[in-house]
Amino acid sequence: MRVGLFIPCYVDQFYPNAAIATLELLEKLGVTVGYPAQQTCCGQPMANSGYEHLTGGCNDLFVDNFAEFDYVVSPSGSCALHIKEHLHSHNNEEAATGIRKKIYELTEFLTDVLKVEKLDAKFPHRVGLHQSCHGQRGLKLAQMTELTASPFSKPGSLLGMVEGVELVPLNRADECCGFGGTFCVAEEAVSAKMGKDRVADHIQNGAEYITAADLSCLMHMEGILKRQKSGVKVIHIAEILNGVKETVA
Amino acid sequence: MKDHAQLSEVFNKDEQRVDWHDETLWFVRQKRDKASHQIPDWEELREAASQIKHNVLSNLSNYLEQFEQQAINNGIRVHWAADAKEHNHIVHSILKRHGISQMVKSKSMLTEECHLNHYLEEQGINVVDSDLGELIVQLAKEPPSHIVLPCIHKKKEEIGDIFHEFLGSAKGEADPQVLTETARIHLRNTFLSRRAALTGVNFAVAETGEFVVCTNEGNADMGAHLSDVHIASMGIEKLIPKRKDLGVFLRLLTRSATGQPITTYSSHFKRPRPGQEMHIVLVDNGRSIQLGREDFRNSLKCIRCGACMNTCPVYRRSGGHSYHTAVAGPIGSILAPNLDMKQYADLPFASTLCGSCSNVCPVKIDIHEQLYKWRQVIIKEGYGDKKKAAAMQAMAYTLSSPKIYRIAGKAGRWVMKHTPFAVGNPLNPWYKQRDMPDAPKESFGEWYRKNRE
Repeated sequence: MRVGLFIPCYVDQFYPNAAIATLELLEKLGVTVGYPAQQTCCGQPMANSGYEHLTGGCNDLFVDNFAEFDYVVSPSGSCALHIKEHLHSHNNEEAATGIRKKIYELTEFLTDVLKVEKLDAKFPHRVGLHQSCHGQRGLKLAQMTELTASPFSKPGSLLGMVEGVELVPLNRADECCGFGGTFCVAEEAVSAKMGKDRVADHIQNGAEYITAADLSCLMHMEGILKRQKSGVKVIHIAEILNGVKETVA
Repeated sequence: MKDHAQLSEVFNKDEQRVDWHDETLWFVRQKRDKASHQIPDWEELREAASQIKHNVLSNLSNYLEQFEQQAINNGIRVHWAADAKEHNHIVHSILKRHGISQMVKSKSMLTEECHLNHYLEEQGINVVDSDLGELIVQLAKEPPSHIVLPCIHKKKEEIGDIFHEFLGSAKGEADPQVLTETARIHLRNTFLSRRAALTGVNFAVAETGEFVVCTNEGNADMGAHLSDVHIASMGIEKLIPKRKDLGVFLRLLTRSATGQPITTYSSHFKRPRPGQEMHIVLVDNGRSIQLGREDFRNSLKCIRCGACMNTCPVYRRSGGHSYHTAVAGPIGSILAPNLDMKQYADLPFASTLCGSCSNVCPVKIDIHEQLYKWRQVIIKEGYGDKKKAAAMQAMAYTLSSPKIYRIAGKAGRWVMKHTPFAVGNPLNPWYKQRDMPDAPKESFGEWYRKNRE
């Protein structure tokens, strides 16, 4: 099995530790991982702003980079969902269709493809799990509170395999953090208020860390936490599952 | 005119009020969850409703003709209005023919959409809204902020002030029961003195020519039964094929709207009582255009429960008036651009595309996907921000080229400069309430070349 690692642009630039943890974790689990050096972005920043017609270049590049792999894995539910729903290519639609079917967000790849049942990791902290909307409602990584259906959580079940993790309950289990791509600046007032409210829920319930399968949400909440000079930290789920070093805090 | 972002910014100046508004509507969302989770087949019920409406929209002209014929057979007079203006003229002409200058109205979002009150007032006709929430916003000279809970943006103290001014309640009186009683006495007199009543329509049954109006206050019945003339205004999408379909829709509507199993009154109107005139005005007002838009057709399945508003984290924190249209919230944001793409170009962008709206929708409208699609249409039609277009072109160019991306990234974290939340600009909205992440010393790509290649 050959897995192509897709590290979205802002993770590449801002959160290399999450990307390194994703790579190490997959390697630890016996996967052969390739990282195509020519990759950039999934095109979502343009598409969600109404400029999907400008994403052709990004799409072709994505297809060139990832067509050869058995699976494509990314530590971002939102970017994975965008590829799954919107990747097309004038040059090679067949390859694009293939990628749409074989792209996975990291935690669903671990639970559904690798069928991971135990992890060698320890993280003795109170952790708030933020269910990122695109991962949860788009990729169905966890049951949605709106539906009358049995509960499950792929990221939650993986965190349950990590020694010492204490998941804190939240008052609103799956409310959006307000990032929303360009929404975060175009609708600054509402976006920031949503971020503040989301962070407050985690803090009130005693979280020391906020984790998620999406760094865009974490970046947003980190922005709020830092401005508030809060001691609560954000950490990508890959870092916890990979056995983050105790010195992080 | 101010857009959604600007109006929301004003709304957010009073953070405590935003918290109150958010929690009030979240409470309604929780009631909806409790009610829907008690029905084991809830998801199947939603699917059934969605399919029934799919059938209706696929055969709309047939069902409309069937409904018209049955209604006429029942003794109802049927009118067709192509747009809001024609609807208003029809209503006015009926009133004029009877020499009526005062009308009582039960809550109808369609007449809000058509701005009927304003039109009739210009013609010298006095309209009293009889739904308590509608009455409050009417007295306050405001539009409703929510399709089911029209004055949800008002605190009880503010309602007390309005009633003191207009209905003569004691100054400072804010007890909901006392205020409701004040409104009740005022409305009782209105009901008794009005010869014409206008109601909305929740469901119109093609098979029987009857229509159903759902209220909690019984005000539709009170108005209709005491009047000589009953006018029912309905959008052409309100049809359902058979009476038995009500078994699906009545179970869904109020559980989705307020968490009640059903409204207190589900009133069926089939024929005028002896001596009464009953009219139905079938209104298009853009609906057949929307029906022709394949990507947005499903929006016409809407039964106006308001669940998408109560669950929307943006609506809860921006208030209904920030949408500057009769139907606010997520559903309004996919309906309004159909009516006027320029005026409502901002609304499809007033969302994080979190998808909660689509999950609560009792007729399974893919609301968040339509928001995404409207964005594409609005930009293509040229209603987007020109400055943003240039930035998007530059971004697309850079992200299409790994080489330029890498150089740009190295030269100071390109993403920091060019993503919307740019660094080094004090005017950047990101910075008003949020900090940026610390820039790492190297990107993952750089780390990978050193450590793995």
